[in-house]
Amino acid sequence: MSKTRWGVVFVAAIAVAGLATAVSATEHEQWPVPGYKSVQPQEGNPLPELISGYWFRTAEVRALQDDDFENPGFLWVERGEELWNTKDGEANKSCADCHGAAEESMKGVGASYPKWFEPLGKPVNLEQRINICRENNQKAKPWKWESEELLAMTTYIKYQSRGMPMNIDISGPMKEWWERGKKEYYQRRGQLDMSCANCHEGYYGHKIRADTLSQGQINGFPTYRLKWQKIGSLHRRFRGCNKQIRATPNPYGDDEYIALEVYLAWRGMGLPVETPAVRQ
Amino acid sequence: MRTGVMVAALAVSAVIGGAAIAAERQVTEQGITYTIVDEHAIPESLTGKPGDPEKGRKVFVNRKLGNCLACHQVSALADEPYHGNVGPSLDGVASRLSEGEMRLRIVDPKVVNPDTIMPAFFRSTGLHDVLEKFRGKTILTAEQVEDVIAFLKTLQ
Repeated sequence: MSKTRWGVVFVAAIAVAGLATAVSATEHEQWPVPGYKSVQPQEGNPLPELISGYWFRTAEVRALQDDDFENPGFLWVERGEELWNTKDGEANKSCADCHGAAEESMKGVGASYPKWFEPLGKPVNLEQRINICRENNQKAKPWKWESEELLAMTTYIKYQSRGMPMNIDISGPMKEWWERGKKEYYQRRGQLDMSCANCHEGYYGHKIRADTLSQGQINGFPTYRLKWQKIGSLHRRFRGCNKQIRATPNPYGDDEYIALEVYLAWRGMGLPVETPAVRQ
Repeated sequence: MRTGVMVAALAVSAVIGGAAIAAERQVTEQGITYTIVDEHAIPESLTGKPGDPEKGRKVFVNRKLGNCLACHQVSALADEPYHGNVGPSLDGVASRLSEGEMRLRIVDPKVVNPDTIMPAFFRSTGLHDVLEKFRGKTILTAEQVEDVIAFLKTLQ
């Protein structure tokens, strides 16, 4: 599994970072950390190399993500597993009743979202797909965005793709949503008049105060954020980013956010899924 | 006051002569009209008077106001933690830029470089999807802009 693959690098990185901390307490860790890993972008991607947000975080945060027993995101993986096997709705069916073992049936699924959903004539992300299944097949009420249940199920399903490369299909009708997401990505917004690209394409690796800007890759979502003290969805992060630049946040699951998610999934194609990732 | 600016600008143009006439553009924001000369500088104070460097230091550091350390480093503020490095160091900025050049770069740096990541600290127009409570407002007031300039002038 991914742990053994990345383990050697982690140990080296932690050792070096630890040394740097010892030398100067005020000087915070500098990016790039020695031994960071990157992935070659596919054609047309404006980034010269794809780097997970993992490598922009401190050695302590990285170590927390790497230890499945310490990683607090696993509380949601476990909760998701319970829900997977719990009967619900008027149909009185569990996810497992139809899909069997998630380790088998959901392997690779999370890595391919958002995906075109013909009945709605638009792409849906994993959270939306889960709720569609609840309504249509379990005859259950959809879970609210950011509810413990929806976070847990999304995390559990995405976790079944951990270590697998992000792999979204932007062919056919998805192309239009990709275009729309790209437009969103480069649109300056808010009183601070910044686009996603301003920070995450132009200045990744640089510091905004104490925080190191990442490429804004989404391969770790849902992600446990130390700042939140819990796991959160990608759309929660979008909303936070919007508010930071004093722009109006969109509602959860909004078309603009889905388009942006499509575009970002494409920008990170090839990066390994890290759910549940840990970030600052 | 405004007449004063015009007269001064015309005088400069006259001295330079026919080779280069200073291009002036007037902008009104929050009821204040200021003049951009040659898309390069705003020579006159927005308030008509100099700012206060001590107040400017506070505005400069405050995370909800200038938050200039988010991106810039200043050795004179070494006691403040966490200086970002998205923007250049401002050590000695007053030796590199004139007061008017600094003023334009705070008021609306996109006049100088349309692609800059730096926000315009005294412009409320031409923005997209601004959070309601900030709509129609500038990040800093004219007075705060002048205070920051007064502080920057101490960075020789």
